[in-house]
Amino acid sequence: MQLSFKQQKNTLIVTLTGDLDHHAASNIREKIDNEIQRGSTNNFILDCSKLEFMDSSGIGMIIGRYKKIKSLNGKFYATHLNSQVKRIFNVSGLDRIINTYSDNKAALKNL
Amino acid sequence: MIINKMMLKLPALSINEAFARSVVAAFILPLDPTMQELADVKTAVSEAVTNAIIHGYGDCEGFIFINAQLTRDGIFEIEIEDSGVGISDLPLALSPMYTSAPELERSGMGFTIMEQFMDSLVVDSKPGAGTKVRMVKKLQPRNLH
Repeated sequence: MQLSFKQQKNTLIVTLTGDLDHHAASNIREKIDNEIQRGSTNNFILDCSKLEFMDSSGIGMIIGRYKKIKSLNGKFYATHLNSQVKRIFNVSGLDRIINTYSDNKAALKNL
Repeated sequence: MIINKMMLKLPALSINEAFARSVVAAFILPLDPTMQELADVKTAVSEAVTNAIIHGYGDCEGFIFINAQLTRDGIFEIEIEDSGVGISDLPLALSPMYTSAPELERSGMGFTIMEQFMDSLVVDSKPGAGTKVRMVKKLQPRNLH
């Protein structure tokens, strides 16, 4: 799994590429936390446009980052969920705490 | 009628989570499953294999055994078994949001996802005697080769 960072409108946009499972989660978690710590922005968009697969290890990783951003009084959004990822969000109840948008533009508009 | 069977033995390493779900996805491909059926099976397998690695074996070495079969009318059955520590309180382990490893940011949703994504889930486990997860899913037999 790979990830890339972009700053836009006081927001850290993290794009995940590949499969987010237990094997990938700890490395991804560390990289995102370092970037949150380094950055000056409190808002966060998880861009899932290149995320092909996610299981419950991804839920834990996302809730952990969500809590971190909330503690910084920031907003946390997720975008571009494919149908499998959407189903995980739905079954786990993640979609009840995290607002999801079809694209980053729509998410940025709601900050 | 059973049209195919598979057996897989693999070391309990996290790198094998992707390997296991890909192999099982390839196994059901002859039935031409829908994208959702394929994603459901991959997710459920990933959950069971991850449980075996994290909770079954923890920091210890061990093997995971996967047995699966496919019938002509689209019944897919899979067993994922480990010889790890087993589960002492099964009802608690099966309850949504419960995790024995909150420090690892585990969500406690693994069994719930297996239950939701497959048609049936049976977990057989005893402390010290490992865990066996048996799941069944009825696939729509669209194109049998």
